[in-house]
Amino acid sequence: MFLENATVKSVTQIGTNIYLLNLISENIASQAKPGQFVNIKVSNSNFPLLRRPFSICNIQGNIFTVMFVTIGSGTSSLQSKCEGDSLDVMGPLGNGFSIDGEYEEAVILAGGIGAAPFPFLISELKAKGKSISCFTGARTKTDVIDYMMPNVFSASDDGSLGFHGNVVELFDSKLHLFEKKKIKVFACGPNAMLKSLQQYCLEKSIDGEISTESSMACGFGLCQGCPIESRKDSTKYDLICKDGPVFNMKDVTLP
Amino acid sequence: MSSVDLSVNVGPLKLKNPILLASGTVGYGNEIAEFIDLNKIGGIVTKSLSLKPRKGNPPQRVVETPSGMLNAIGLANVGVEEFLKSKIPFLKKFDTTIICNIAASTIEEYVECTKILNSENTIAAFEINVSCPNVKEGGLEFGNNLHAVSRITEEVKKVTSKPVFIKLSPNVSRISEFALAAKNAGADGVSAINTLVGTAFDINTRKPKIKNVTGGLSGPAIKPVALAKVLEIKRNVDIPIIGIGGIFTWQDAIEFMIAGASAFQLGTVNFVHPTAAEKMVSELSDFCEKTKIDSIHKLTGSFILS
Repeated sequence: MFLENATVKSVTQIGTNIYLLNLISENIASQAKPGQFVNIKVSNSNFPLLRRPFSICNIQGNIFTVMFVTIGSGTSSLQSKCEGDSLDVMGPLGNGFSIDGEYEEAVILAGGIGAAPFPFLISELKAKGKSISCFTGARTKTDVIDYMMPNVFSASDDGSLGFHGNVVELFDSKLHLFEKKKIKVFACGPNAMLKSLQQYCLEKSIDGEISTESSMACGFGLCQGCPIESRKDSTKYDLICKDGPVFNMKDVTLP
Repeated sequence: MSSVDLSVNVGPLKLKNPILLASGTVGYGNEIAEFIDLNKIGGIVTKSLSLKPRKGNPPQRVVETPSGMLNAIGLANVGVEEFLKSKIPFLKKFDTTIICNIAASTIEEYVECTKILNSENTIAAFEINVSCPNVKEGGLEFGNNLHAVSRITEEVKKVTSKPVFIKLSPNVSRISEFALAAKNAGADGVSAINTLVGTAFDINTRKPKIKNVTGGLSGPAIKPVALAKVLEIKRNVDIPIIGIGGIFTWQDAIEFMIAGASAFQLGTVNFVHPTAAEKMVSELSDFCEKTKIDSIHKLTGSFILS
């Protein structure tokens, strides 16, 4: 884990309110694993006060990328960063996805900005020779992100793009494509989506991992602000920042 | 090498410098040790320990507010036995002062926890949390009750000869009355302040942003309040004070000492800038050198009001 000032390489817009921020950090870029995150101090002032956690979206050489949607003061501040600006970054944090395993095909499910960690995961999966299918969805067309996704099926709640419905329903409608294969699901998105996916996969005995999110004050276990109910030990919570953010679907109960 | 003497005494407790890491913001030291050299810090106050392990509150536990944050962790901790077994061995490795913070639901539990921890030599002092706003029993019920604060202090002092500091709640009308109650019951000092009760709502769902409905407000937003509370105690009660509340910079820390604190604790800043405590050692030293203060303890209560 590193705490350093990373230099902004570029900020590029890839959708209506969707941006990629490329940052230069040899340390973070060389150590990060797919599914891990960084915690960024987006301003030098006390407003916003806390760091903002972002999935590591991709790595290229000494550059790591984070994807974000502009929703509040923190993300708006990131959007206005320019090449050469410096950002106080902590990372890589958390555990990351477990890529190894006896499965033939990786099935990726993303809800909205939940697409963020997958470009990095996809490139590592490709390197391991896994086949990949992707499902991505959101409320409406402009929120659906399929950035760098191969074999992608899209869904929108309002039917403005692709399948009319949510991404879990879309996956169910295509499950026959994977009938003869051993698959592993990798998912990230809002809790409601992950919860319904988890229930679906557990019923169908599909193995999978979910990348969860929570508000957190520190990102490395100090504040205890990001608990998640563990199915393995009911006497204590797991922490999303340290024990996660990626969990096997069998291991946690989402709020 | 600086010629400034940064060591301070908080009552009978001697610290190499006035910088302490606040309870509940550094766990049991292992995570923050990845960022700073604990040997350089005056001391570390452990996460509140209870007799039995506590799971803590369900999410959401934290939310950011303007220049601050609300938390309702609910005293999640491993319990005193597990602390002695698995957490003390790590803390033992450092040349720093270990202060154990104790939280309990009954006076008997405070006493029992103190007794169990008292035998561990590594523990230099106790900080008694009579003011956690986020648990149903104990916590603020005690912190708001002068008689309870006296009783807890008295009973805890009976079972330990180590220094005992009472962590006071700001959620009272006159904090100095509580400091006086603690002093008269034998406390060696007070820590002031714990968090302020606050809340925040989501305007779309109309639900509180914290599952516990209210939480404890911390961070720069509370610093002026904390400073005023420290000053109030200093002007009314002759008892050593450990200042706490929104310290983010060395200038903030100096202000607390001027207002009357013998030492101070860094809390929320550890979440955002985990290296702050270690950096502050040289920053304080530089300030003293520049202003020709040979011993930092001379700043304590050095305010000029006219």
